[in-house]
Amino acid sequence: MSKLFTISPSPHVHSDESVNKIMYSVILALAPAFVWSVVMFGLYSVRVTLLAVAACMAFEFLIQKYILRTKPQIADGSAALTGVLLAFNVPSSIPSWMLIAGALVAIGIAKMPYGGLGNNPFNPALVGRVFMLISFPVQMTSWPAVNASGVDAVTTATPLAILKEGVKNGQPVVEIFKNLPTNADLFLGNMSGSLGEISVLALLIGGIFMLVRKIITWHIPVSVLLSAAVFSGIFWLINPAQYADPIFHLMTGGLILGAFFMATDMVTSPMNPRAQLIFGAGIGILTILIRVWGAYPEGVSFAILIMNAVVPLLNRFVKPKRFGEVKIQSNKG
Amino acid sequence: MLKSFKIGGVHPAENKLSAQKAIEVLALPKSVFIPVGQHIGAPAEVVVQKGDKVKVGQLIAKSSGFVSANIHSSVSGTVKKIESGPDTSGYPKTGIYIDVEDDLWDEQIDRSTELKTSVTLDAAAILAKIQDAGIVGLGGATFPTHVKLVPPKGMKAEVLLINGVECEPYLTSDHRMMLEHGAELIVGVQLLMKVLNVAKAAIGIENNKPDAIKKMNSLLTGNNGISVVPLKVKYPQGGEKQLIKAVTGREVPSGALPISVGAVVTNIATTFAVYEAVQKNKPLFERVVTVTGKTVKNPSNFRVRIGTTISELIDAAGGLPENCGKIINGGPMMGKAFANTGIPVTKGTSGIVMMPDGEAKRKEVMPCIRCSRCVSVCPMGLEPYLLMTVSEQEIWDRAERECVMDCIECGSCSFTCPANRPLLDYIRLGKGKVGAIIRNRKN
Repeated sequence: MSKLFTISPSPHVHSDESVNKIMYSVILALAPAFVWSVVMFGLYSVRVTLLAVAACMAFEFLIQKYILRTKPQIADGSAALTGVLLAFNVPSSIPSWMLIAGALVAIGIAKMPYGGLGNNPFNPALVGRVFMLISFPVQMTSWPAVNASGVDAVTTATPLAILKEGVKNGQPVVEIFKNLPTNADLFLGNMSGSLGEISVLALLIGGIFMLVRKIITWHIPVSVLLSAAVFSGIFWLINPAQYADPIFHLMTGGLILGAFFMATDMVTSPMNPRAQLIFGAGIGILTILIRVWGAYPEGVSFAILIMNAVVPLLNRFVKPKRFGEVKIQSNKG
Repeated sequence: MLKSFKIGGVHPAENKLSAQKAIEVLALPKSVFIPVGQHIGAPAEVVVQKGDKVKVGQLIAKSSGFVSANIHSSVSGTVKKIESGPDTSGYPKTGIYIDVEDDLWDEQIDRSTELKTSVTLDAAAILAKIQDAGIVGLGGATFPTHVKLVPPKGMKAEVLLINGVECEPYLTSDHRMMLEHGAELIVGVQLLMKVLNVAKAAIGIENNKPDAIKKMNSLLTGNNGISVVPLKVKYPQGGEKQLIKAVTGREVPSGALPISVGAVVTNIATTFAVYEAVQKNKPLFERVVTVTGKTVKNPSNFRVRIGTTISELIDAAGGLPENCGKIINGGPMMGKAFANTGIPVTKGTSGIVMMPDGEAKRKEVMPCIRCSRCVSVCPMGLEPYLLMTVSEQEIWDRAERECVMDCIECGSCSFTCPANRPLLDYIRLGKGKVGAIIRNRKN
């Protein structure tokens, strides 16, 4: 008998891209920020990152195997990525059990009940992080002080927290800024904060890698950063004595991490460039609104989660430019 | 910067293995099977009977409607039977079996290789010759050319575009045609311009064929209105709407034909067939076919008589590779896989691509991670992930509103999907259903 040939509809060739490659590329893009966190926080950072990754993968495995009774798919890298992002959003001094609780919420509540990979409306790592922030406010906002001799037991506040506190006490911004790191320190990440968010430089290296590797497009990061800069810039121009400048806003807190790594999460961001620009602008503006008027000093996580909720609406009503659509409209008119 | 279409597109590995292989004339087959439905539209009516002696180029089945095309014998010999046989669709189709005896050509055909540049006939006479010769779009769509060349009432052609893009990976027949028969092609373009009564024609060629661009440019005389437009390499630039956009900047409206923006597109092989039909009296009974594949011994471009069995082409290219897992009629992006190598070459056969085992099967399907790559590569600005979902859920009105009928089935979405999702399979299903709903509504 002659050999049987495969019959399938076209196309008969496929690109080299795969889900696993994308997930591991994002993890690789987070490597510079991880290295910097080890420089700043030492082995604490390694402990938190490994624990978060292990917890997320373990929960996903257990849920798939014993509750959903499907073939565990943890090799796809998505659970590991959630773990890394969760770790990057907490202080290096976070107690282990709190981190594990955060991982359980991220995977067990924000991801798997919706149907697992690809189906969750909210960014799992951010849901886990916000759960921890609300449940353990003290531990989640106590950052180890960093200085030339390394980490010690003393805790410190982040630049954004210092700013918020100062403004609340009626201090002029110029005075507050005397206690804040310089722009150069902010850019390099020579300050305290959540594990992976502090170095703008390290995050930009990863972000550019993702852009070059075509994992993400420019639309979301640029619209997040631009809208945050413009919106905070308006306040600053009106009254520089009361509001911080846009550069400060861009380089502090989790804005860079959020713009390049959290808002761009494929599953929870819109499906076409037009909608992505609106989505990003919403995140930038909400972040500044929360920072300036909200109860929390930082608002990136909340801003992204709020805009995650708007994504289905954006997908429904903001459509890509169709080929040949212009003429059709003129025909109707 | 080089011109191209604006929305979407991908760049599959080119694998133009046979680009440096000159066109070879394949040895005459012992017998041929010539299906009577080789074009879009009504199958032709058989005008010969069992036992008839036929010559090369003799009409054996004649056009049976407005959208239909004549079929000529590609060989000389005796009609053995008129029966159904397998074609590339996989279904049995009526056709004419001829046993080959000698190689006697119809006396009307000018068999010399001399270049005939003078255009003496008027537009109507040229069109009649094209129609008589049974010429159809040889890029694979097989739409009868004489129908395309007569714009509907109230519409006027302004520009003729010649598709020398050959954006499908592996295929090289049009590339070779431009290198080896450039002068004939220029005459073919002039004939088509005369039929359409247009002053301008542009030959679009992708930049991965610099030798073809150079060759065609060298043949331009400057005052005949023909230009060569080099294009950035991007699939699916050979799609009619994409090519028109790339070369002229005009956008064919959704649901409309190219003529609505004044453009008529014909491909290279078709243009050459027009030259032969008009200047040499030669009907369309042979074409150039690329036979290729990574593990094929001798990837080649053959000039083949229509009706030749595909296994003969494969043998001439060094035989079926041991590890061949899939055979494709056409290019790997839009071609059709087939299993029976006993099927004949027809007017629409532009290439035979053999894929090794490792590449023959699709990869494991994973959940959609909503990366939106399918949206960004769609050259029609559609949302393949959404069209797949609504087709899966059989929400046909939504599929229609999301413009499923605009899909040109180029396969860029399925090609690019990192989760290997069968996007185009479901979109085709949706197109079929929505198309039927629209037709019912009109009736």
